[in-house]
Amino acid sequence: MENESNKILEEVTGSEYKYGFYTDIEMDQAPPGLTEDTIRFISAKKNEPEFMLEFRLKAFRHWQTLKEPEWAHVKYPRIKYQELIYYSAPLKRAKHDSLDEVDPELLETFEKLGIPLNEQKALAGVAVDAVMDSVSVGSTFKKTLEEQGVIFCSFSEALQKHPELIKKYMGSVVPYRDNFFAALNSAVFSDGSFAYIPKGVRCPLELSTYFRINAANTGQFERTLIVAEEGSYVSYMEGCTAPVRDEHQLHAAIVEIIAHKDAEVKYSTVQNWWPGDKEGKGGVYNFVTKRGICEGENAKISWTQVETGSAVTWKYPSLVLKGDNSTGEFYSVAVTNNKQQADTGTKMIHLGKNTRSTIISKGISAGRSNNSYRGLVKTSRNAENARNFSQCDSLLLGDQCGAHTFPYLDVGNKSSIVEHEATTSKISEDQLFYCLQRGIDMEGAIGLIVNGYAKEVLSKLPMEFAVEAQKLLSISLEGSVG
Amino acid sequence: MLSIKNLSVSIHGKPIIKGLSLDVNAGEIHAIMGPNGSGKSTLASVIAGRETFDVDEGEITYMGKNLFDLPAESRAREGIFLGFQYPVEIPGVSIANFMRTAINEKRKYLGLDPLTGAEFLKLMEERKKMVDIQSKLTNRSVNEGFSGGEKKKNEIFQMAMLEPRLAILDETDSGLDIDALKVVANGVNKLRRKDNATVVITHYQRLLDYIVPDFVHVLYDGRIIKSGDKSLAFELEEKGYDWVKKETA
Ligand SMILES: Nc1ncnc2c1ncn2[C@@H]1O[C@H](COP(=O)(O)OP(=O)(O)OP(=O)(O)O)[C@@H](O)[C@H]1O
Ligand SMILES: [Mg+2]
Repeated sequence: MENESNKILEEVTGSEYKYGFYTDIEMDQAPPGLTEDTIRFISAKKNEPEFMLEFRLKAFRHWQTLKEPEWAHVKYPRIKYQELIYYSAPLKRAKHDSLDEVDPELLETFEKLGIPLNEQKALAGVAVDAVMDSVSVGSTFKKTLEEQGVIFCSFSEALQKHPELIKKYMGSVVPYRDNFFAALNSAVFSDGSFAYIPKGVRCPLELSTYFRINAANTGQFERTLIVAEEGSYVSYMEGCTAPVRDEHQLHAAIVEIIAHKDAEVKYSTVQNWWPGDKEGKGGVYNFVTKRGICEGENAKISWTQVETGSAVTWKYPSLVLKGDNSTGEFYSVAVTNNKQQADTGTKMIHLGKNTRSTIISKGISAGRSNNSYRGLVKTSRNAENARNFSQCDSLLLGDQCGAHTFPYLDVGNKSSIVEHEATTSKISEDQLFYCLQRGIDMEGAIGLIVNGYAKEVLSKLPMEFAVEAQKLLSISLEGSVG
Repeated sequence: MLSIKNLSVSIHGKPIIKGLSLDVNAGEIHAIMGPNGSGKSTLASVIAGRETFDVDEGEITYMGKNLFDLPAESRAREGIFLGFQYPVEIPGVSIANFMRTAINEKRKYLGLDPLTGAEFLKLMEERKKMVDIQSKLTNRSVNEGFSGGEKKKNEIFQMAMLEPRLAILDETDSGLDIDALKVVANGVNKLRRKDNATVVITHYQRLLDYIVPDFVHVLYDGRIIKSGDKSLAFELEEKGYDWVKKETA
């Protein structure tokens, strides 16, 4: 009898589940909330291989056991994870051969954001894979890349065409167990980018992806995976911008980079998401996990980031230097204004012999913002002759903002040399007046001084990106001194 | 061109300029001399629009405009240039970039198109030659790590780039070796035109051998206590400030 009722119950719930599933798949948006069903929905929607669904479910079950981290020097209201929408697709989605076929409205938005997704860009030698909300929309210059055997496509496409590569590398650098947000991303990630550079190939183009958050209340969970085979080279750029929004938007991305023997990967980011208004209303929460591994000897990975956006940033692009003689670099400019909060930095984990790392961090705080650098340099027992040099500078505009530095050291090998330098400075009244006297107004003066201060980092960016970043630095500090 | 009437300036309630009047016309060169702390740099700063000082009384007109209506950057764009006694360092900002920004801001204010990269470079090369400044200097960050003399030469270079109507040079000759002094003076003389004017603030008569002033003024305790022609500078060098003070007391 009991067995019987159980069976019925199972049938009812099961069919309900199936039914729900069936209707859901017609929708372009998942209903708000996060359950195993949501995850099955996303996976089915994207027609994913079984291993992917398994991975997502494992991550989800693990995430449910976790608590949101509270150690960062940031404050924000609790995120209501059950009220977010975890999947939404742009309405007019199609595979395009040329940009003429792309929804003109979308192109217009990109224009407004100053991201011309057009032939000029392509002529400038940039292949663009634009991600709007959760699904890839346009791609250029694939041919040139294909000729070299370079794979550069959306994560979803890679799952269909190169499942073996995804299976091999996904989660190998950032396992879903890594942290709260990594687990969440691994469970619900919608799309992202995949780049694969075959052995000995020097990628002929800068690979560039523009992310943009669009639909209201949609948490954005991107996933990027870059694999550089032995002796290859690639420069990868990620640029982000979001339109004005009232509600907070969660962004929890994962970026994984694998550099094999003698390979080099340069990863550059300019992040200028909506930081919220002056009172701290609105803005994006940016909780991202970025990590690379120098797997083989002489491998090199460098992170260069310019962070001007988001209401709350929690971000530590890190590197594991496993191969002997491998090199890691971290160059960062983080600007906070008004009520923005940023807790960012890096981790350099030296495992191999003669591994080298350099950290240059330039924090700029204005208004009533808070800007923290948090960094860990760790050398393991086997890391003979490991070297690190860290330089962490803070620039304050006004006296209501905060700058904090939290350098952590963990030296496991006596032969390693770790150097740390830190400075804090203010823009002086003398400097400002000097500029004013030459006819440069207050905002222009601040822009100049700040760009000069950040030059060491900006000079690491690819040319066109550097120009954009310079403008952004000035814009994001507008009205900060008056 | 510039007319200062009964100007009084204080800082934190402490009077520094105490009822000063001065007229500068187009085509003229004025020299202001005076002991340390007498208010020379303060006067220059107030003309340039520095807001740390309080103007308690008086007026300044420049090209027929009330100077106090214009913020510092507009005064600069209207052709007022201050060669600083202590030029500041701006790390990471190259002189070329600094000057290009300044010139294009000024051009925008005047309703002109910005200079293209090529036009700017041409102008820069020309002016570098004019004031005999080393080519490499303009690639370096503004005043960063410059020697005292290099900083002063850089001020003259900037003056040459901006072609001011009214240039105020605050002890631009201090700390210069004799060759550099000639370079600076040469720059000023080459830039001299019928429609511009220069005010040089200096402690040394020596400079006035190279930049020959039409008028010399003695600034003492916030007031101009004596004005004359270039022979006044010789007298000062010989007899010191006490002499003027006694004479005017
Ligand atoms: N920011 C300030 N705060 C307080 N006092 C000031 C300030 N600036 C100038 N003063 C004072 O005003 C007076 C005049 O200074 P100023 O710099 O104008 O002198 P100066 O004639 O240029 O002297 P020098 O020949 O040494 O350059 C001095 O007593 C100086 O201490
Ligand atoms: Mg002085």
